[in-house]
Amino acid sequence: MQIVLHFLGQVTQRLLKGPRIYYAWVSFLLVFIGLGIWAYGVQYTSGLAVTGMTDQVSWGLYIGNFTFLVGVAAAAVLLIIPAYIYDFGPIKEITILGEILAISALLMCMLFVTVDLGHPQRMWHLLPIIGTPNFPDSLLGWDILILNGYLFINVAISTYLLTTIYLGKKEVKWLYMPLVLLSIPWALGIHTVTAYLYNGISARPFWNTAILVPRFLASAFCSGPALSIICFQLIRKFTRFQVKDEALFKIAEMVCIAMGINILFLGAEVFKELYTDSWHVAPLIYLFTGLHGHVALVKWIWTAVAFNFIGFLLFLFPTTKRNYVTLNLGCVLIVIGVWIEKGMGFVIPGFIPTPLGEIFEYTPQTPEVLICIGIWCAGFLFYTLALKIAIPIETGEMRALGVPPTAAHGDEPQKSGIKTGIKDGWAST
Amino acid sequence: MGTDIKGAMNRRTFLKAAGVASTSLALGGCQIPSGDDLKALVQSHFAEMSPDEIKAVRQRLLRQYKKKYGRDFVLGTEQPIPDVLFAYGLDLSRCIGCRRCVYACVEENNQSRRPQIQWIRVLLLKKGTMNLEESDHYYDAGLMPREGYYTIPVQCQQCENPPCVKVCPTRATWQDDDGIVVVDYDWCIGCRYCMAACPYWARRFNYAEPEIPIDEMNPNLHYLGNRPRMRGVVEKCTFCVQRTRKGRYPACVEVCPVGARKFGNILDPESEISKVIENQRVFRLKEELNTQPRFYYFFSI
Repeated sequence: MQIVLHFLGQVTQRLLKGPRIYYAWVSFLLVFIGLGIWAYGVQYTSGLAVTGMTDQVSWGLYIGNFTFLVGVAAAAVLLIIPAYIYDFGPIKEITILGEILAISALLMCMLFVTVDLGHPQRMWHLLPIIGTPNFPDSLLGWDILILNGYLFINVAISTYLLTTIYLGKKEVKWLYMPLVLLSIPWALGIHTVTAYLYNGISARPFWNTAILVPRFLASAFCSGPALSIICFQLIRKFTRFQVKDEALFKIAEMVCIAMGINILFLGAEVFKELYTDSWHVAPLIYLFTGLHGHVALVKWIWTAVAFNFIGFLLFLFPTTKRNYVTLNLGCVLIVIGVWIEKGMGFVIPGFIPTPLGEIFEYTPQTPEVLICIGIWCAGFLFYTLALKIAIPIETGEMRALGVPPTAAHGDEPQKSGIKTGIKDGWAST
Repeated sequence: MGTDIKGAMNRRTFLKAAGVASTSLALGGCQIPSGDDLKALVQSHFAEMSPDEIKAVRQRLLRQYKKKYGRDFVLGTEQPIPDVLFAYGLDLSRCIGCRRCVYACVEENNQSRRPQIQWIRVLLLKKGTMNLEESDHYYDAGLMPREGYYTIPVQCQQCENPPCVKVCPTRATWQDDDGIVVVDYDWCIGCRYCMAACPYWARRFNYAEPEIPIDEMNPNLHYLGNRPRMRGVVEKCTFCVQRTRKGRYPACVEVCPVGARKFGNILDPESEISKVIENQRVFRLKEELNTQPRFYYFFSI
């Protein structure tokens, strides 16, 4: 009991205290979360008519963001493999960081699905026993199951590891390693099932393609690690947690390979559609060149193609890969490029033209843009606050009552990569 | 151009809604739900209800309709008739594209007038092609029939192998024994996966609260058919379940001025629809998708 109270005291203290930039960041996030909640209030009281969605284009930004973030959630955990192979530093600590990113992305996914529903208060209909889940027929049922399972696994591993470190105990490997190993194929599974949501639908030829699963995985392996490279740099700047330069460059190398594969897959898809030149090519033509004067997505997709390609080149050449300016530029370009490719460039053209041949364009409206920004900010807020607790535990700054504060936990100090010098940062204050 | 108009409309509705939302927040949050609203929230899936539950739900709905619209309704929950499997025939050589079926359907099935919801879409096509992508959805019905063109009305095809039912995550839409694919509007969570999955673009979503002039409402309702819908649920053609389960024709069949629409029980070899399938060379839309529509098109001449 005393331990719990002490822990809660530490948590409160750490969440409330920080340098000025921490307060500025959290306030910034809270303002946009507030705006998002207000916009959702508007949507909730007057219906989804306040969005740009129509009977013709019945999914929009919400589902696009959802799809992108499932990829981020998957890739965050898949980083464990190279982290292990290339010895990025303490594998356990890297695992925890990846898992917290995955949990944040999953929370955003769930929020995005929820705000897309016409009747969120009926969500219990999806549950077994009290509801009537359409299992195993509906891929949405599978997706809910596998995403929640993934959330559970990640929460379980990170809570277990952080608790043992916090209490200064030695973690029992056979207790958590099977879960870590399970989380890797499961990460592939969440994005595979999310691709199945689309590619199992014969009504939408643009989605109904077997290459969707590998394409989704390849693009997830671009955006997730690119986001991680940025996050790792911020973490090591603001906390005592250290990630080696070499590790970041290795991740960039991996992103480069994944982007190469992603571009190859996209090319394969584009060739097949264009050369076949059947009715099914219409959404692709609409996306890349516009159809009968409707060109809403053309500028988006070419931006994505350009961003992805420039990012690929930046990560291909060692000089630009090892220069932090070009490395970060590449990361930003790739995150935005993949975000467009999976949202505006994938979900929307699936609906245009409609199965009856109507071309009706989609333009996101203010409330849905505000809701999207609000959800992203909520995800960032969760990530920030979770790291604010997790990192001091990892670096040994935060310990349970009676446990020496710097006690390492099994790792050799040099291998754990934790710097001994005190740095002013979010976690160390 | 179309998007600009829509953008302006949406901005207007948004601002209006923003005003309403702020006012209601200022007045102390959301309005308190009535007991009937709470009952609706916890009610079961229609197919799992006992006869007593169905009775209670009917009474609740009638109470709510009375309160909302100030008039009485007849709300049926008729089950499929045994040994009946409905199918539809549409004679494209007779169809003149007048859209009377569209409007009769709107009135019969209490579809929202604002925003406008229509379950039937009539496509204008040049003679010589069946490529739906070349169809015109917004032709002027006053100029029909038009030389060199023909029309194809499309509505729910009541597939034997319906993709919409397969994808629904809550079983809120299903196929009854008479072949009609229905929706329990009180069970639909509004995820719109069925709309993405339908190859015939037959499903509509209530993006806003449906508006119907009270004096234009059809008071003869069915729970799974034309009862007034709420915002945030999906709806579709039900072969006029409120009529056909009582032995009547769907409204579109009745209104068609040229007799292009045929309807009946395919299990009865003497029915009109059985005769159509036997004597005409019928075809179905997008057969390559194996959805097996129970909606047969044909050219009698």
